[in-house]
Amino acid sequence: MTEKIYAGTPVSCNDEGYLNDLEQWNREVGADIASEENIEMSERHWEVITFLQNQYRNEIPLTIRKVGKSGVVTIKEFYSLFPGGPLKKASRIAGIPKPVSCI
Amino acid sequence: MDNSKKIKKMMLILSKATLDNVYACFILANGARMEGIDSEIFFTFFGLEAIQKEKLDHLHVATVGNPGMHIPTLVGGLPGMEAVATKMMKNKIEKLDIPPVSEFLEILTASGTKLWACKLAMDMFDLKEKDLIEDLDGVLTVGDFYGRAEGEGTHVLFI
Repeated sequence: MTEKIYAGTPVSCNDEGYLNDLEQWNREVGADIASEENIEMSERHWEVITFLQNQYRNEIPLTIRKVGKSGVVTIKEFYSLFPGGPLKKASRIAGIPKPVSCI
Repeated sequence: MDNSKKIKKMMLILSKATLDNVYACFILANGARMEGIDSEIFFTFFGLEAIQKEKLDHLHVATVGNPGMHIPTLVGGLPGMEAVATKMMKNKIEKLDIPPVSEFLEILTASGTKLWACKLAMDMFDLKEKDLIEDLDGVLTVGDFYGRAEGEGTHVLFI
């Protein structure tokens, strides 16, 4: 467990850089994490992030298939919004735990 | 970790049409993309069934010659056994949110996995491109496939 400074405030993260507590998240924190992943956030990005956070709050495990079926974003767009490992990167930006799914 | 040692591309060769092999291949290809690793599948021999429009959603698990099933060979060969085992496996797969073969192929294409058919195997089974899925990226020779495998961090896996 480590503390990192995002948006000027200390935030508790695990060793892989995922937030330990979604309560410490806000858009500025998310944007700072996104810039570490070389992603510039747009409204489209935030729509996806909000969806992922809602899934997490409802305790629904995330998979690429579920994201694709959500109606929020297609799988193709998801990959282009968060290139190089979209589910992991988007989860990190969303302040939710790393997905454990293989699919 | 040393960046030069990272896996950058998985080149998977699918040569079998049993459900367990097809899913192993698709999950590895999709899992690679989820990690930001490029992936391509070369469908050869019976693996071609997984991209044949007429066949891909009717693949079976093998109940004979498959010790992992723990079904005696004679019993495994009884009529209907394969269908029962396949149904059980499909139920289990659906519960784990693993898509059926046709949907899985769509996901792979949307995720950027390249899908290639083996030219020689197509000739052997008298298959034409029209028999295969629309999302196919093309038909390759073995030489073409190796050409695509060039570069550091590429791994070739035969299934």
